[in-house]
Amino acid sequence: MSVAANTAHVRPLTHGQRVFRWRLAFLAAVVLLLELYGWYGADPTAWVPVSKIMHSLYKDVLSDSKIVTALGWCVMQITVAYVLSIIFGVLIGLAAGSTNFNRRTLFPIILILYVIPQVSFLPLLVLSFGLGSAAKIAFGFSHAVFPIIINVVSGMRSVRELHLNAARSMGASRFDTIRHVILPHMVPSLFNGLRLGMTLNLLGVILAELYVSTSGVGYYTKLFAEDFNPGPLFALIGSLAFIAIVFNELVRIAEHRLTPGKHKQTAIKTKKAEQP
Amino acid sequence: MVRLSAQSRIIQAGFLLAMGALWYYATAVGGVHRLLLPPPGEVWKTFYGLVQTEEFWRSVKVTFWSIAQAYFIAASAGIIAGYILTRSKLITDIMEPVLSGLFTVPLTLLLPIFILFFGIGPASKIAYGATYAFFPVALNTIAAFAHVEERWLRAAQSMGASRWSTFRHVLIPSAFPVVITGLRIGFVICFASVLGGETIASAVGIGHNISLSAEQMEPGRLYAWIAFVTVTAVALNLLLSAIENRVVKRDRR
Repeated sequence: MSVAANTAHVRPLTHGQRVFRWRLAFLAAVVLLLELYGWYGADPTAWVPVSKIMHSLYKDVLSDSKIVTALGWCVMQITVAYVLSIIFGVLIGLAAGSTNFNRRTLFPIILILYVIPQVSFLPLLVLSFGLGSAAKIAFGFSHAVFPIIINVVSGMRSVRELHLNAARSMGASRFDTIRHVILPHMVPSLFNGLRLGMTLNLLGVILAELYVSTSGVGYYTKLFAEDFNPGPLFALIGSLAFIAIVFNELVRIAEHRLTPGKHKQTAIKTKKAEQP
Repeated sequence: MVRLSAQSRIIQAGFLLAMGALWYYATAVGGVHRLLLPPPGEVWKTFYGLVQTEEFWRSVKVTFWSIAQAYFIAASAGIIAGYILTRSKLITDIMEPVLSGLFTVPLTLLLPIFILFFGIGPASKIAYGATYAFFPVALNTIAAFAHVEERWLRAAQSMGASRWSTFRHVLIPSAFPVVITGLRIGFVICFASVLGGETIASAVGIGHNISLSAEQMEPGRLYAWIAFVTVTAVALNLLLSAIENRVVKRDRR
C-alpha cells in the first residue's frame, strides 16, 4: 500500500529532465573510466587517476601562491582584452556598418583579416610587446575584436528599412536613431559576436600564455610537462579550463539578461491594447 | 550598383597600397626599428632567398602533410560521429550541448598534454589539429542531420522509400550544405591550430621557423614566413569559399 502511495506522487520525467540525467550519467561514466584507466592501464608519466589530479590541485596548484598569482594575471588579461575588444569592436563595427558604401568597402577587408591565422603573428607580438601581460592582452584582443565587428555589422544590416524610415520621418536625430532603433535590433547579433569573441579571446590569451614559457602559466605547464608530472599538469590545465568556462558562462548569463525578451514584448503589446 | 562596387574595389586596392606605403614610409623615413619592422625590400629579398633553400620546402612539406593528416582524421571522425549521434533524438539532446560546451573551452590547453603523449614531433600537432577541427565538423553534421524536415522524411516513407533511398535522396541532399560549411570551418581551424602547435612547441615545420626567426632576431625571415602563411591562408580560404558556394548553389538548383 505504501508503495502505491509513493508511486502516486512520482511524476513522469519530462524530456528535458531525462536528457539532463543521462548527460550527468554520461559525464560521470567518463570520469569513472578515466579514474579506472589511471589506476590499471595508464603509464604514470602520462596519466594519473582523477582523484590524484584533484589531490594535486590542492597540494601543488592552489597552495602554491606563485601559480595562483599566475592564474590571477591570466584572469586580468582575459578581462582587459575582452573590455578593449568590446569597445573597439563595437565602434569599428558601427563605423563599418553605418552606410552601405562603408560596409561594402570595409567589410571584405575585415573578413580577410579575420581568416589570417593570427598565431603566425604571435612571435612578432611578443617581440614588440615583451614577455609581460601586454602581449597576451594584445593577442586576446586581436582574436576577439573581429567576430564582434563582424556581428555588429551584420546586426546593423538586419535593421529593417521600414523602422529606419519611420524614425527619420518622425524627425529622429542620428544619435536617436542609433540609440532607439539600431541598438535594440542589434542586441541578438551583438551577443553572438560577444560569445564567439569570448571564446576566441580565451584562445588568444591562453595561446600567448603557453607560448611565453619563461613566466606565468606557460612556465608551469612547461615545467610539469617536462618533468613528466601529469598530476599538477592536469590540475593546472583543469583550473584554466574552469576559468574559461566561468567566463563563457558570464557572457551567456549577460546575454540571457540583456536580450530584449518576452517581458518587453508583452509590454509593447499591452501598450497597444491600452490605446483606444 | 555597379559603380558603387567598382568604387569599393578601388578603395580596397587603395587600402592595400596605403598599408604598403605606410610600411615603406615607416621603415625608410619614420625610423621604426629594423628589428620590429624591416623594410619591404628586405623582406622580399629574404623571401626570394628562402624559397631557394631546401629547408623552406622541407618545412612547408612537414606542415602541410600534418595539416592534411589532421584534417582527414577530423573530417572523417566528425562526420561519422555526427551522423551516428543523430540517429537517436535522446542521444543528440544529451551530447550536442556537451560537444558545443567543450568547443567553447580553448582546446589549446590540451596542447601540453598532447606533447606529453606524442612527443615534440608532428604527431602531437596532428592530434591537436584533429581534435580542434573535429568539433566544428561534428557540430555542423549534428545540426545538419538533426534538423532534416520531418515532413520530407514522412513523405519519403509514405511513398515507400527504402532506408537507403531515404538516406540517399532525402537525408544527404538536405544535410549537405551545412556539412560543407562545417568542413570549411574545420579546415580553417585545423590550419591555424597545426601552425599554432608548431609555433609553441616543435622542432620542425613552418610554425617552428616563425618562432625560431623571432628568437634569433631575424626580422627579415620572420616577416617572409608570416607573409607566406598569410597569403597561403587567404588564398586557401578564398578557394574553399568558392568551392562551398559552388557546391551549395548547385545543390539548391
